[in-house]
This record gives sequence, structure tokens and C-alpha cells, in this order.
Amino acid sequence: MPTARVINMESRRPEPDRCLGRTADGRPCRNRAGESGYCRRHAPPPPRAEHPALTAFEHALAEFLAFLRTRLTGEYPTDDFGFDRHLTESAVMPLLRPFFERWWRIHQQGWEHIPARGPCLLVANHSGTLPWDALMVKYGVFEATGRHTRLLAADMAFEMPVVGEIARKMGSTLACDEDATRLLHSGELVGVFPEGYKGVGKRFRERYKLQRFGRGGFVEVALRTGVPIVPVAIVGAEEIYPMLYDLRSLARLFGLPYFPVTPTFPLLGPLGMVPLPSKWIIEYGEPIQTETLGSESANDPMFVFNLTDQVREVIQQTLYKNLMARRNVFF
Amino acid sequence: MRAPPRATILTPSLEGGNVAKQRVLVTGVSRFLGSRLAQRLEKDPEVGEIFGVDLEEPPVELTRTDFVRADIRNPLIVKVLRATEVDTVVHTAVIATPGRAGGRAQMKEINVIGTMQLLAACQKAESLRKVVMKSTTAVYGSEPTDPAIFSEEMAPRSQSKTGYAKDAVEVENYARAFGRRRPDVCLTILRFANFIGPLIDTPLTRYFSLPVVPTALGFDPRLQFLHEDDAVEVLYRATREDHRGTYNASGDGVLYLSQAIRLAGKLPVPVLVPFINLAAGMVRRTGAVDFSPEQISFLLYGRVGDVARLKEKFGYTPRHTTLEAFRDFVAKRKLLRVFTPEQAEQWERDLYAFLSRRDRLRRRGAEPAEPEGAKA
Repeated sequence: MPTARVINMESRRPEPDRCLGRTADGRPCRNRAGESGYCRRHAPPPPRAEHPALTAFEHALAEFLAFLRTRLTGEYPTDDFGFDRHLTESAVMPLLRPFFERWWRIHQQGWEHIPARGPCLLVANHSGTLPWDALMVKYGVFEATGRHTRLLAADMAFEMPVVGEIARKMGSTLACDEDATRLLHSGELVGVFPEGYKGVGKRFRERYKLQRFGRGGFVEVALRTGVPIVPVAIVGAEEIYPMLYDLRSLARLFGLPYFPVTPTFPLLGPLGMVPLPSKWIIEYGEPIQTETLGSESANDPMFVFNLTDQVREVIQQTLYKNLMARRNVFF
Repeated sequence: MRAPPRATILTPSLEGGNVAKQRVLVTGVSRFLGSRLAQRLEKDPEVGEIFGVDLEEPPVELTRTDFVRADIRNPLIVKVLRATEVDTVVHTAVIATPGRAGGRAQMKEINVIGTMQLLAACQKAESLRKVVMKSTTAVYGSEPTDPAIFSEEMAPRSQSKTGYAKDAVEVENYARAFGRRRPDVCLTILRFANFIGPLIDTPLTRYFSLPVVPTALGFDPRLQFLHEDDAVEVLYRATREDHRGTYNASGDGVLYLSQAIRLAGKLPVPVLVPFINLAAGMVRRTGAVDFSPEQISFLLYGRVGDVARLKEKFGYTPRHTTLEAFRDFVAKRKLLRVFTPEQAEQWERDLYAFLSRRDRLRRRGAEPAEPEGAKA
């Protein structure tokens, strides 16, 4: 050939269902094309591989080994709160994915209410004996928007070995005004569960009955910083460990806020720790804007109570609505 | 989040200042910070006479500083202040470790009684215009119920009952009481994070020099470091400029303990929390690290101070971030490393070559190849 002929692969399509590839001696391939426009033999490499020679396995392997190396040499950044994005995105999120997608098959709606950037306060109901709902909100928000929810956790979490360490590295911090305010001031998305222990540790017969929303501290913080409040209603987490009874005396003995007795725990021992695969629906409600209310309204307790009640009522109504929509606890 | 750079104006603290130069007295001049501060002040022609007070002679060569061998615990210190007619006192003779002071009782004596006597003398000194106190972020304590970041006005969640932290709290209380009695004196309290650097010797630098580093299993505290040069610079600026109030001083950013150990090329040895006192005692007995019991909670929960106020009011951001300060320490100390980053990269390459070769062999064995397009 006198000059090299450049073939525009996209435009050249001699026959509609023939493969776009070329055979070893340069002629157009005559195999039937699959969905990608190529036959099996000429299928293009997966799009995420930067080096076309690498297979998907090799790519994943390279990524994994690079991850291990940075963990080994300590060369990864964290923010002042100890949020380790590297660890969260590479290790924690992949672990949460099967729970979110397979185990509880979580359906999310209304996530477009979460601002793409800037500070925002997610306020959610809390249930399920162990705070799986918080982790699922974190995963769900990350999946939908790519943002990391900075969860506010109880002090007990930080007293416990391993749990406290992982919580910090996932970007959680202690549920206190100072930390929440600081996070919101730096434009973060903060997730709070104002029911606290009363919500997560309530019995099965009280399911979907919202408990008292703390002392409205989250509303005060939102008013002071002027950030929108997004109410989050989580349906399904109540059924993962149905707490039939709370052994108060044992709880006191171990210094725990409650000691759950579920149909499987402590009867089946560690096996009882496996959560039931209920069907979840997470709905993010319309944001409640606080910017126009003025930061001085945070000093008016009556106003704070009312706004707290308003947020609580929105979540309660959304819970009822989604409970009606759910056909069955498990699917 | 760096504060915008601003011009720093060094204000002479005496009015009508062409004639009268600042006269500075530095306590603890035989220690690292005191001696380096004296050196730094000597370079400044605007500073008049410099007096260094301590019991031992300074470890570095000082040219302009007059060394006064005196004990700040002795009421005679008032005579020193009167004779030298200083207008600035920089109090760095607050000791963090019992080992070097000769026991905990001695350390408390130096820290608390020394500060009391010194401040009592300061109150009587007519010429005094400024007092700079060295303190520590340890005054915030280390608790799981702590906020993630302490700013200066936050109260500690629990009162420290022992050790250096307790001393520092008491020293600060005396200083504030002094500030109330002498409102004409500009009082600066500097709460320093842990010092680190190529030269300074602290329990933490020794800790990171251990061949294997004991840590608490399941706990990973966030640490903050201030480079020794930055510490001297902050002290110097507090001496030369007027900054009333309390300031946290640290490099930007935080490091996890695990991260710091890795960066130092060491191996952590996680110890169960119930046994951690035992382990600390063993380390202490070897004499390698002067490890006081109150530092255990620090190794569990860590502590981080907010440095925004320092950056804003001093107009100075420490030149080394926490990470850079630590890297400087690791690079210049020539620590014994278990492995180097280059080794880690080599391991990564070897492991990759090994595993991907196996993958290729397996693929060759399995015909026909999996369709790739199906995954995309």
C-alpha cells in the first residue's frame, strides 16, 4: 500500500450486524457482531483499563497491590478528623456493597435532594439494634452522589477498640455540636441520627415509632450554620434484628446501653449476629432550608423545638407512606 | 484552608522604641527550646540584652546571651528580674518528662512551684511588659468523648489527674491569674503540639526510634506534630510581637499513629489494652523511652488542636505540616528501618509479576477465552 489508510472505526459499517474488527491479515471481520458492535474475538478491551494489554484481572491486581503498598508505607492522606478516603473507598465501600445490593436490596429514592456540593445535614431515623442503617446511608449516598457522609456517632463507638478506629477512618466523628459545626463549616455532608440509643435500641413492637429527637441539637447547629436539612426515612432496618426483649441487667453488667434478645440472638450464638434480609427503602426528602431563618433563631428554644418536630413529622409520614408501599417485609 | 499570607510587622513593644530595645529573659535556657530561642533572638538586632536562666549551662554556643545560674523555684528569682530590668519573660522551663527532671516529684516542683515563684516575681517587676508561657495541647486531655478538634476556648472533657498534663493545666491557671492581676502585661500562652524534628529529644521521638513500636490493639490515635524550627519561630514571634491570649501551635494536618510508624519504616506491635500498662512499664524500665502513664490515653485516643487562631493572629503558618515535620525527623535521624519504600515498591512489582503470570498461564489453559465485552 502506498500510504497508510486511516480507517475511522466508528463510521465504517459495511453491514449492520457484522463485526467492526479486522482479521489478522487486515480484511474486515465477517463474524456476527454482539451488542458492542464487535464479535467475541474482536471485542474491545474493557473501557476502564488504561493499558490495553492488561486484562481486568491484572488491572484489579495492580490496583490492589498498589493499595497494599501505600498502606504498608503509610503514604495516604487523611483530613484533620481522621477521614481516610483511600481506605474508605478501596476497602470499606466494597465490603458494604453486597449488603446494600444483595442482602437488603435497598431501593433509594429522592437522592437528588442531596446537594452536589456544599454543606448539608442529613437527619435520619435510627433502628436495628446495630447501626447498619448508618452504614447503608453512607454507602447509598456515596453510590448516588459520590459524596461521603460524615456520620455523627455515639461516644461509645470511640471507646471501643477497632470500631472506634474504623469509624474515625470512615470519616465519622463524635456527635457533638463542635464537630458538627466544624464539618458543616468546611462544606461537608453530615449525617445525624437524633434518636440515638433510644431509636437503635428500641423493641420490635415499637418499630417505626420515632423516638424523641434528642434535644434538638442538630437543628440548632443547622440554624447556626444556615445549612439545609434533608430528612431521611429508612424503612427495613427495623426488621434486621427484631429485639423482643432487652436484658437490662446484662446490659448494665457489660456497660452497654441495651442487651438485645432477638429470635436468633443469643440463642444461636454468633450466628444470631447475622442480620435478617429484610427489604429496605431509603427515601431522602425535600430539603428544609434554614438559611433564611437566621442564625439568631437558634437561640429561641421554642423555634428550635418546632423545627425539630417538623423534621420528625416529615420522617414519620415518609416512613408510613413507604411502609404502605412495601408489600412484604422481605421483598 | 491556609490563611492568606500577610505582611508581618514586628512591633517593638516599648513605646518610643528607638532608644530602648527589648530586654528578654528566657527561663529553661539549657533546654532545647530555650537555647534555640536565645540563638534566634541573638540574630535580631532589634533585641537588646538577652538573659538566660537555668541551672545548667546552655548546650549550644550563645554569644550575646548572659547566662544566669539561678533556680526559678527560689524566691531570689525576683532579684534577677529586678537586676536585669527585663521587659519580657519567656518561660520555657516547663518539663514534660519526669526522667530528666529527676523524678515526678522533682518535675512537679520545677513546673508548678517554679512557675508560681517566677510569676510572683514577675508581678513585682515594674518594667515587665510581656510574658510568654510554653504550654501544651496536653491540657485538653485525651478522651474518647473529646471533640475531634480542640480550639482554644474549649474546656477539656476531663481533668487530668497526673503528670505533665496536670502540671500544664496548673501552670496555665497560675498564668491566667497573673494575667488578671497584671492586665498591663501582654500574656501569651502557647499550647504546643508534640515536637518533632532532627534534633529535639522527646519521649515521642524516642518512641519512634524503638526497633518495634508497641501500640494499643484496635486504637489508632491521630497525632499532630510541630517541627522544632517552627516551635522556635512561634516562640520568637510571640516574644517579638504582641499576641495576647492562648494559641494552639502545630503543623497543619494530622497523622495516624499507624501511619507515622509506617512512614518511619517500623513495625507496630499491637498490645491488648489491659496489658498496655505492663508493656509501657517494660519499655520504661529499659530506659529507652521516658513513658509516663498519662501518655497511655494519648496513645489510645490522641488529640488534635485547631491552629486557625495562630495562623490568623500571628500571620504565620508553621512551615512544616505535621507530615513534613515527621518526614524530616525520619529522614535526618536515620532511623533503623525494617523496610524502605523502595523495598515496598519492589515487593509490589515482584508480587504483581508472580500473580499476573499465573493468571496468564491459567488463561492459556482455558480455551476459548472469556468474552471481555460481556463484562463492560
